[in-house]
Amino acid sequence: MSKRIQAKDVNVYYGDFLAVEGVNIEIEPRTVTAFIGPSGCGKTTFLRTINRMHEVIPGAYVTGELKLDNDNIYEPGVDPVNVRGLVGMVFQRPNPFPTMSIRDNVLAGYKINGRRLSSSDADELVERALRGANIWEEVKDRLDKPGSGLSGGQQQRLCIARTIAVKPEVILMDEPCSALDPISTLAIEDLIEELKEQYTVVIVTHNMQQAARVSDKTGFFNIAGTGKPGHLIEYDDTEKIFSNPSNKQTEDYVSGRFG
Amino acid sequence: MSTLTDSSAKSPQPDDSGGSGRSMNSLKAGQLPRWSRPATLGGAIVVSLVVFLITGWTTAGFAVVAALLFLVAQTVWSTLVEGKRHGMDAFWGTLVWLAFFLALVPLVSVLWTVISIGGPTLVTPGFLSSDMQGITGTQDRIAQEGGMLAGGIKHALIGSLLITVAATVISVPIGLLTSIWLVEYSTGSWLSRTITFLVDVMTGIPSIVAGLFAAGIMMTFFEWANNGISGGRQTMGITAAIALSVLMIPVVVRTTEEMLRVVPNELREASYALGIRKWRTIFKVVIPTAISGIASGVTLAIARVVGETAPILVTAGVATGVNWNLFYGWMMTLPVYIYRQLMNPTAPAAPDPSTARAWGAALVLIIVVMLLNLIARLIARKFAPKTAGR
Repeated sequence: MSKRIQAKDVNVYYGDFLAVEGVNIEIEPRTVTAFIGPSGCGKTTFLRTINRMHEVIPGAYVTGELKLDNDNIYEPGVDPVNVRGLVGMVFQRPNPFPTMSIRDNVLAGYKINGRRLSSSDADELVERALRGANIWEEVKDRLDKPGSGLSGGQQQRLCIARTIAVKPEVILMDEPCSALDPISTLAIEDLIEELKEQYTVVIVTHNMQQAARVSDKTGFFNIAGTGKPGHLIEYDDTEKIFSNPSNKQTEDYVSGRFG
Repeated sequence: MSTLTDSSAKSPQPDDSGGSGRSMNSLKAGQLPRWSRPATLGGAIVVSLVVFLITGWTTAGFAVVAALLFLVAQTVWSTLVEGKRHGMDAFWGTLVWLAFFLALVPLVSVLWTVISIGGPTLVTPGFLSSDMQGITGTQDRIAQEGGMLAGGIKHALIGSLLITVAATVISVPIGLLTSIWLVEYSTGSWLSRTITFLVDVMTGIPSIVAGLFAAGIMMTFFEWANNGISGGRQTMGITAAIALSVLMIPVVVRTTEEMLRVVPNELREASYALGIRKWRTIFKVVIPTAISGIASGVTLAIARVVGETAPILVTAGVATGVNWNLFYGWMMTLPVYIYRQLMNPTAPAAPDPSTARAWGAALVLIIVVMLLNLIARLIARKFAPKTAGR
């Protein structure tokens, strides 16, 4: 499990508007990579290109090459649905399916896709996914209750459980803690630490302390001005980015002089 | 006394005066007592009563004068004691209440009339379980002279039920799929704008036109099938169902479209991110989330067409007996039954029994529509996304 992500000259467009330009990056398997940068610099946009969620927006498209191990996911003929099965995603706001119980939320990837599971297999899968998301102890007695009855932090961990239940290779996280309190944030950060033993994790965050705490490598995105495309300015070991960045813009950003 | 007229500030101190302005708390000065509104209302009614008892009674005149007096008295009193701003508030507040009662008048009046006149017919034995087959002027003349009311609405009830169910079966899939395409697949293309426009136009089609359209289509079909002779074969239940579905489809499309649009995009994205295909996302995530609104919209559309008269009269005709076959023969429905009983009484010389049957059928129709509304609410509650217990 877990794959290497390799982007070569990736340009991301919303219709005519070039949102992110010329991203070249190589993300190792079983690492946590954080994307930081000011608002509107394209870090979330780039994240969404890694599982082809970007093109869900009408008029949006991507040029360039983005490889999972050796497969270019933007080659013509690639089914985005298969890519999304390999690359899971956790969103900024917890979004469990409101019509489903906790159990059905975890099994959603299987059940909705029409795959049949025996009851014992399903039980095992639910427990494994919920344990993997560190939420099993809290919900094991109320698996048939609606997922929307949980607290925000629990909902977010339920969403992570739902993502790892379909056994992806890569997990993308789009500011997973921005709607959560510090205790829930800590729980998610601990979870990210554990997830990297099995998955390639890419996380977008506005919280630089969080990036420093959880990630092995950090990418800094910046934008020259409104209406200009975002660029990946610097990508290096997290320690180097925060202590001794080689680019002036990165230094200004991480030291709090702007942004 | 203070010059303060703004009395919105609440004080924990008790107020001993009735708001006459001699309050202990200066912040509460210049406030009308709580009983001011009932008092002016009562005063207006009494004055109006006296005026009309002296000059000669008319109910409508009494109500209008009482309402105007109430409005003027409340506004003037409030302006004098509380100031201009509160006076304005009292004026509009009173006007809103009056409008509310005015809107209630026809509703209560209709309900009361139908229940009081139709009620006795409804409880007549056999009214729901017999049709009009074999009912002649003889029975009605006997009923007019104090005998038992004969005949009933069984055939009309069955006809209404069959035609409405058929119309629902035709229009719900078409309407549902149209709105799914509009919301989920069309990306604001000219085709989707055209369809939305046509649906809006369809909403405004007069129902008799829908009836003529359905009759015309079926007539054309039978002429084509029988070498140019339709022979009136097109008058049957399913033709009426087609006419009603022409009226239902735009309502279903509109309500379903609204409901699908309010489903948060996050849920669709969450589903896509699990590697779930678009059509499965729509059927397993989007529609279940919106199902309560869709179901109540459909039920309200049914309630709207179940009372249609004209399109059914020209498509399904009239009948005196039960007809279970939607595809052959004339069929009676409740609205047409009411119309026929009033316009063509069974015994022209003794129309009272026919009128009584019409009122009874009207009451049944109202009950059916009310039940449908109730069902819509229950469905909406049952299917609503479970959000309790946070």
